[in-house]
Amino acid sequence: MPRKPRLAVFKFASCDGCQLSLLDAEDELLAICDRVEIAHFAEASSDLQPGPYDVALVEGSITTDEDAHRIRRVRADSKFLMTIGACATAGGIQSLRNWGQIDEWVQSVYPSPEFIRTLATSTAIADHVLVDFALHGCPINHHQLVDILVALAEGRQPRVPSHSVCLDCKHRGTVCSVVARGIPCLGPVTQSGCGAICPAYDRGCYGCFGPSQPANTTSLVSQFRMHGHSPEKLVPLLRSFNAAAPEFQYASEQLVILGTKSEGSRS
Amino acid sequence: MTSNDLIEVPILTRVEGEGGVTIRLCDGAIDKVELNIYEPPRLFEALLRGRPLEETPDITARICGICPVAYQMSSVHAMESALGIQITPNIRQLRRLLYCGEWIESHALHIHLLHAPDFFGAASGIALAQRFPDEIKRGLQLKKFGNRMLEVVGGRAIHPINVRVGGFHRLPNAQEMASLIPHFEWGVQAAIETTRWVATFSFPDFEQPYEYVSLSHPDEYPMNEGDIVSSTGLKIPVTQYNQKFVEEHVSHSTALHAVRRAERTSYFLGPLARLNLNRDRLSPSARNLADEVGLPADCRNPFKNIVARGLELVHAYEEALAILRDYDPSGIAHVDYRYREGCGCAATEAPRGLLYHEYTIDAAGKNVSGRIIPPTSQNQRQIERDLMEYLTSHLQAGSSREELAIDCERLVRTYDPCISCSTHFLKVRWEQHS
Repeated sequence: MPRKPRLAVFKFASCDGCQLSLLDAEDELLAICDRVEIAHFAEASSDLQPGPYDVALVEGSITTDEDAHRIRRVRADSKFLMTIGACATAGGIQSLRNWGQIDEWVQSVYPSPEFIRTLATSTAIADHVLVDFALHGCPINHHQLVDILVALAEGRQPRVPSHSVCLDCKHRGTVCSVVARGIPCLGPVTQSGCGAICPAYDRGCYGCFGPSQPANTTSLVSQFRMHGHSPEKLVPLLRSFNAAAPEFQYASEQLVILGTKSEGSRS
Repeated sequence: MTSNDLIEVPILTRVEGEGGVTIRLCDGAIDKVELNIYEPPRLFEALLRGRPLEETPDITARICGICPVAYQMSSVHAMESALGIQITPNIRQLRRLLYCGEWIESHALHIHLLHAPDFFGAASGIALAQRFPDEIKRGLQLKKFGNRMLEVVGGRAIHPINVRVGGFHRLPNAQEMASLIPHFEWGVQAAIETTRWVATFSFPDFEQPYEYVSLSHPDEYPMNEGDIVSSTGLKIPVTQYNQKFVEEHVSHSTALHAVRRAERTSYFLGPLARLNLNRDRLSPSARNLADEVGLPADCRNPFKNIVARGLELVHAYEEALAILRDYDPSGIAHVDYRYREGCGCAATEAPRGLLYHEYTIDAAGKNVSGRIIPPTSQNQRQIERDLMEYLTSHLQAGSSREELAIDCERLVRTYDPCISCSTHFLKVRWEQHS
């Protein structure tokens, strides 16, 4: 019998929710621990073993010089590196700083900004090192995480569906928020994985699983514009937990340009 | 002053957040203890500016993956205060129900997977499951039904999607709510067994003259509303928070320290504070159990936070069960409102203690500014004071440094610190000055 893969979990700038998802797999947790060896998972265990690791789960984005170095060490120690969640995969909500003035932002939060060292950007892990697999979501879906860990333990290539939330709504039989209620919903361009919960709870999808691969966000946004939704409303919708995902970022920047053109001198 | 004797011991695991402890020794005595928080700042108060106020509960939830509901609750109450919204009794009950789900999930996690291992020298809850398989499996089940509740009421367990300013996007489905009832009936009994189990643990002999602070409500155990009270007689409405408490910035932490404004003293938040100040408003089973397990009326031992957490777990299960049984799916899901310029603040009881939010909004419904004061930043100063006292007494009693490092980690963990949720490794650094 092959040895159990050694699993490590690392955290960068994030809320902890994605790694918590592993502990939220209450029915599977003890069984997973029979299939993989948890070698480094500080939130769950004081027994922190050194690398190399077979699988590293990386949560969080890069916002400090120190973390930009640390992720390289993690990469060097890990055979298979997987990002878990929107922060690691796209930079997270904290990537909104990419459009702001970092010094002014720090000053507005901390009375002694000189104590704070942080970068002007929040960037995805893939901007720094090679990522073998990206699991989307804010937060990730723990069933997908368990499936992937089992696949890796069995030597299979992990896979998750890449279709959009829109199709999941059709499966669930949820009435379309866009068609029936005119709500701007990112379901058509957002990757499946959440279970299409927002439309089922009477609200539009806000894109927390990030862009799906075949998504044409710019086209969807121009449809929303035709339905009368203003850039003022659509830009924040695109700029949230996956603001810096390339497809959402491009679409939001196009909107800002449009808004600037149509309204004259917006700052 | 040179640090000629620096020992680094990687310890504080099993907490939510990235931090360390530095202990400076001078002439064989402990000179200074600093809880270092090096969690990278994410600047939430800054990134909220200019955004639609409706997004505030969704965005602030992302401050913490373990207690997102707390952030959602404090933010919606603060926004409703700014907008002058009165929610319906039905919405109020559902919010308490949602909060019960979070207390259950968070407390069951901390008791079984993070804290209990300390009492048996185990590295993790998973390792502890070898010795106590039934207790840990029961703990995981207790945690699971808390999460299930969050899914039914909130849409999902981590970062629920159903909370909005004015109420909920949609009322929960009555059938799904009814399907939880048998699990919650089981949960009340299971939580009682868990509390009996943790009450038998062997607790270090350590007591301090804390100022306990929590919300307090005349009719119920505090969650979403009430005055701010303390064990030294403070009683103020939440709107006066800034007159009595203030945040200070220290160089060794990216989390601000909150202290009492006039005295500059530390204070203690969380389950033990809530319990000491509101014991008579626990649910009947939890109140009886508190007497049965012999928790003193004015318990000053921080290690017994785990017993308080167990009692709150019983309370949350019992209160949730009552709300589930009474659930009426008619009525409005949310109260409508009009934008207006204004300021609002609110405090609610996160699993780890009082969470204060305040916002200023403009007439177009945009956030102008916000301030968020999480429980862990309020507990930081108290944790440092405790470490100083505890380690000094152990050093005098002849403990080795390795033993002290372990003690240090255990003491920090009793507070269930949520160091804004980060890489969890707390290093104890020893600095010897000669």
